[in-house]
This record gives sequence, structure tokens and C-alpha cells, in this order.
Amino acid sequence: MFDFLDLERYDLVGAFWVTVQLTVFSGIGALVWGTVLASMRVSPVPVMRAFGAAYVNVVRNTPLTLIIVFCSLGLHQTLGVALMGGRDFDTINFRLAILGLAAYTASFVCEAIRSGINTVPVGQAEAARALGLSFTQVLRLIVLPQAFRSVVAPLANVLIALTKNTTVAAAIGVGEAALLMKDMIENESDAVLLVFGTFALVFILLTLPTGLLLGRVGKRVAVKR
Amino acid sequence: MSAVSVTKDEDTAPAAEPLVVLDNVNKHFGALHVLQDIDLSIAPGEVVVVIGPSGSGKSTLCRTINRLETIDSGSISIDGRPLPAEGRELARLRVDVGMVFQSFNLFAHKTVLENVTLGQLKVRRKGKAEAEERARALLDRVGVANQADKYPAQLSGGQQQRVAIARALAMEPKVMLFDEPTSALDPEMINEVLEVMQQLARDGMTMVVVTHEMGFARSAANRVVFMADGRIVEEATPEQFFSNPRSDRAKDFLSKILAH
Repeated sequence: MFDFLDLERYDLVGAFWVTVQLTVFSGIGALVWGTVLASMRVSPVPVMRAFGAAYVNVVRNTPLTLIIVFCSLGLHQTLGVALMGGRDFDTINFRLAILGLAAYTASFVCEAIRSGINTVPVGQAEAARALGLSFTQVLRLIVLPQAFRSVVAPLANVLIALTKNTTVAAAIGVGEAALLMKDMIENESDAVLLVFGTFALVFILLTLPTGLLLGRVGKRVAVKR
Repeated sequence: MSAVSVTKDEDTAPAAEPLVVLDNVNKHFGALHVLQDIDLSIAPGEVVVVIGPSGSGKSTLCRTINRLETIDSGSISIDGRPLPAEGRELARLRVDVGMVFQSFNLFAHKTVLENVTLGQLKVRRKGKAEAEERARALLDRVGVANQADKYPAQLSGGQQQRVAIARALAMEPKVMLFDEPTSALDPEMINEVLEVMQQLARDGMTMVVVTHEMGFARSAANRVVFMADGRIVEEATPEQFFSNPRSDRAKDFLSKILAH
């Protein structure tokens, strides 16, 4: 029954390892960039607020496939962007996929963090300002730490969505799980349902613990008022 | 409002160079003119208690002094320097102005000790040991030294407000603003906060206190400022104000609150 799962022929572990790498690297990128965007959206400088709002609304409403394909065809092949001098096709597209995923996911991270900022009572920032802290200090020391603690669960949702969104990287030939699945569906056409089932199961194995773990973390770090 | 006239008392005129000066300050919230031509000078060491009915602009007045509220016209200066509009200059000036809020506003994700050391470390750039030593001394002074490692949510309202006072004092401010510091407290906790404030007043701290505690106004104030409808209606010593208010608006206010 499991003849289709020929691990000699199909590098299932390797493919999912690429999926995990895509998730981790673009997740870190999205968290950093999303935090910067959220800071822009609450900043007192109108230009920054406008940029943050425009970025989020454009990127959030653009299909991920478009962004990923743009990274490869637009950024790399037309504009000649090669991230950190990667030479071979695989490395370049792997990095471009991370860039696209991070840029896209950052808009959702930004909105999650911004909703977290809104849960922090305005008096917290007022008290910090009254002590003489600057805007960036107020944000970094008082507002963001409390905002993050209240959005761990929504951020877990974003991370789960990101894990599954990495499959779009197959569109530019990154050798992650979805690309392997396409291969297997073609070659093992008599076991298509089992192929689907296998990939679905491994994705669940990746994402389910993430959700459960971060759910617990969220409860533990919640700010008591 | 035609019957309202500003009456000032000559005895309370500050002799020294004033520490806080508000000159012809105006502010609107939309159509509402919350502060109307406010002139107020506060001398070093003076305790000014601002009282008045709800919506009279007294909290707004208090918050303009460290620019948590902007003003539309007029000027405010602290220790001879005009209050800057924005940025680092403003942050630097706020260091000299301690503020205590109605809702305490202790940093919820930091311990009591961290609340009191934060400003010293990040604004005054003191060393950790020095900041903690000062914080513990101040917490001891306001009577909550044994709560230093707890989080604000684990403290009673009165304890939280005393920590908030210690947090403000840690910055060694020249003037302290109190915006209805006891209004959110259970009756039995009001006195513990007022006692700390009384002690502070006796120690010579310059204070602006917005409050409904008439007992505190009587015993601790050098001067009572009575506000109504966005104006300063009457300024007098507490004895004069409470025994012999001059304006009709103040008489009306006192008759309502002192009736029982």
C-alpha cells in the first residue's frame, strides 16, 4: 500500500526540511519587518504612517503567487537582483522566495501587532512620556512588550498560514514539499489520494504543535491588569 | 457667565521667581473651549490645589503643564524655559515634571521596582545599583518597600498609587502634578495616599494637585484655585476660600459639596 512512498526516489525529508527553512527564515524576516511597519503605523510622523498604511494595504491585498513570481521574474531576471551573490538557480530562488514570503507575511504581522498596541491602555504610554522617555523608548520599552504579549495567539495564526503559504514557492521552482508532491502525483498516479494524505499529514504535524505551543505561551506571558 | 469674575488674593503672590508660569493659555476640544485665558504662576515650594466641578477643565489644565495635552494659544514655561512643542527637548523638560495619574498607570509588565528604576536607567542614565538603591529608598518612604518584587496588578489601588508617586519622585522632579490621584481609590485607601502627599508638601515639593479632597485642600494647600467652565474663577488661601468664597460660582459649588 505504501509502495508509492519510495524514500530513495523521493526525498520527502529533504523537501520538508526546505519547507521548514522557508518558514523559519521568512518568519523571522516577517516578524522584524512587521514590527517596523507597525511602529511606522503608530508613529507621530505622517509620512511614516502613510508609508506603513500604503505598504500593508497594497501587499496584503496582492496574491502571494504574484509576489513570489515577481520576486523571481521581476526582481531577479529583469532587475538583476541576486541576494547576497547567490550563484546557482536553487540558492537564488530559495532566497527570493524567503524575501517574497517575508514581505507578504509582514503585512499580516504588522496588523496583528497593531491590534496588540491598541490593547495597551493609553495611560501606559502617557506615564512613560511623562517620565521623559522618547517616542522610540516608549514604544520599545513599554508599548511593544505589552502588545506582543497580547498577540501571541494571532501571531501563531500568521505563522501557521505562513507554513502553508511556503508551498507557493514551488511556483518559482524551490524544491520544497509542494514541488515534490507535484512530482509524486505525476509518477504515482495510482496512489494520488495517499500522496495527498501524506503531505497533508506532515503539514499538520508541523503546524499543530506550533499552534498548541504558542497558545500556551500566550496564556503564560499575558499581562495582568 | 457674566457674574463670574476673577478674584485674586494679594497675600499669596509668590515672592520668588515662579517655577511654572501659564500665560493666557487657551485650548479647545472641538467646539468646547476647555481652557479660557488661563494665567497661573506657581512659586517654588508652593502647593496649589485646583478644585472645581466636573468638566471645568482642571484635569486638562494639569495635563497641559507637561504637554500631555497641547494648547491652542498662550505659553507655558517651566523654570524660566518655555515648553517645547515636540521631540527630545520636550522629553528632557518632562523629566523635571513628575506626574501622578488618576488611574495609576504603572507599567503592567514590569515589577514595582522596575517601574521605579526605569526612568532613572533610561532617561537619567544612572547605574543599576544606584537606581535600585534610590528606588528602594523611595518605596520605603511611601511605605511599600516590601512589595518591590510584585507586579502592579498584585497590589491594592492605594499601594499602586503610592508606587506611582515613588516612580515620579525617582526622577527628582522640580514640580509634581497630581491629576485626581485619589478619585479611583476605595475610601479606605484614600488616606494612605493623601498622607504621602501631605509629607511631600511638608518637605517643600512644588505641587499642583487636582482633587476633590477638600480636607487635603484645607490642610496642605498654600493656595486654592477654583475653576469653572474653563476659567479660573477664584484664587485664594484655603482658609479664605472655604470660609469666605467671593464668587457666586464658588459659593454654589461649596454649598453643594459641604452640605452633608
